[in-house]
Amino acid sequence: MTLPLYRPGQRVRIADRTPATHHRVPAYAKGQTAVVERVCGEHGQPENFIRGNGEPLTRLYRVRLLQRELWPDYRGSHLDKLDLEVFEHWLEPAHG
Amino acid sequence: MGDHHDHSKTFQPDHPEPTSDDALLGLALRELLIDGGYFTAAEEQAVIEKMQGASPENGGHIVARAWKDPEFKARLLDHGSEAIKELGFDLSPTEFTVLENSRSIHNVVVCTLCSCYPRALLGMSPAWYKSKNYRARVVREPRQVLAEFGVELSSEVEVRVHDSTAELRYMVLPQRPAGTEGWTEQQLAALVTRDSLIGTQRTLTTG
Amino acid sequence: MTQPSGPHDLGGLDAGPVDLAEKDTAYWEWQIDAMIRLALQKGLLTDFAELRDGIERLAPEDYEKLSYYERWARSLAYALVSKGILQQADIDQTIAALRQRQAGR
Repeated sequence: MTLPLYRPGQRVRIADRTPATHHRVPAYAKGQTAVVERVCGEHGQPENFIRGNGEPLTRLYRVRLLQRELWPDYRGSHLDKLDLEVFEHWLEPAHG
Repeated sequence: MGDHHDHSKTFQPDHPEPTSDDALLGLALRELLIDGGYFTAAEEQAVIEKMQGASPENGGHIVARAWKDPEFKARLLDHGSEAIKELGFDLSPTEFTVLENSRSIHNVVVCTLCSCYPRALLGMSPAWYKSKNYRARVVREPRQVLAEFGVELSSEVEVRVHDSTAELRYMVLPQRPAGTEGWTEQQLAALVTRDSLIGTQRTLTTG
Repeated sequence: MTQPSGPHDLGGLDAGPVDLAEKDTAYWEWQIDAMIRLALQKGLLTDFAELRDGIERLAPEDYEKLSYYERWARSLAYALVSKGILQQADIDQTIAALRQRQAGR
């Protein structure tokens, strides 16, 4: 087990890239800034399960976005949130 | 493998026969894999029976225990996968995550990329959960989608949408209905609906 | 917003009202579901990700047109043929035989 790079409460940016194969980051979340809500376990990388065994095991996080930041035309409360799971290799520290 | 007792070669007589090209493609693969010795019709039957045996009653059981036992509830919210083992459920290697509704928070679950769903605890997912319209819209306009399900939320209530993108599987812990003090766990479990566990129903009724 | 990475990447797109009708699962759908579980158990597929990869490679019009379990069938066929576990000719022959058996009933 490796130590998590990020901790709950930390601001992170979700990478904006689109590999040609299967991956688990929806387009709407790419390039967005989020806050780490929960550090989860280590799992195989979805990208590496295509004809492979998923290695290396990689830390997974549950991250939280503010709906009003995510969707410019969001019709709802400023309180509303969206959570999704993102692997560590898709996250980078967010500054500011 | 030619006689008429071979179930790998027969359609189930009491079920409509599929006719679409891709349904037949699926059945052709099944027949070739059985003929190739990769699995048997008996193994298939056992898997189908197990899948058909799972229903939202399992989720209801977990919810009722959480309502009755605050310490169990704390363990469930903290580490769902471990807590449900106490009730004989095991979802590993996926991480089971329970989302608690309250007066000020409403949770709703989706899988925008696919249709991930805790089948062992909730049974077969509803058709709408797998539909494009639900997957596309509930992340962006959750309040409007919830209204289509009859759930109207004031702006004081925080809506949390959970997109099940990787290895977590979610279940909502709905609020316990008023007037159920002293009810048994079994009575409480019977109140819990599938949609309340997904988050497209907010209020459970005792009537 | 970044472009969707495939026909499956639906979050945030415009779409119509949710159809709330409950639908029964046909027996052939349970059979395809079971076949995928068994293919995973027996190592014919390494992970569910492999099935999903095949689904995500579908042309957008096929993804829209096919039902949920039809997509699974299409993706499993793609995986099994590209891994050499099954031959396309055998699959075509078996489909033809299934059609004949249906017509004869």
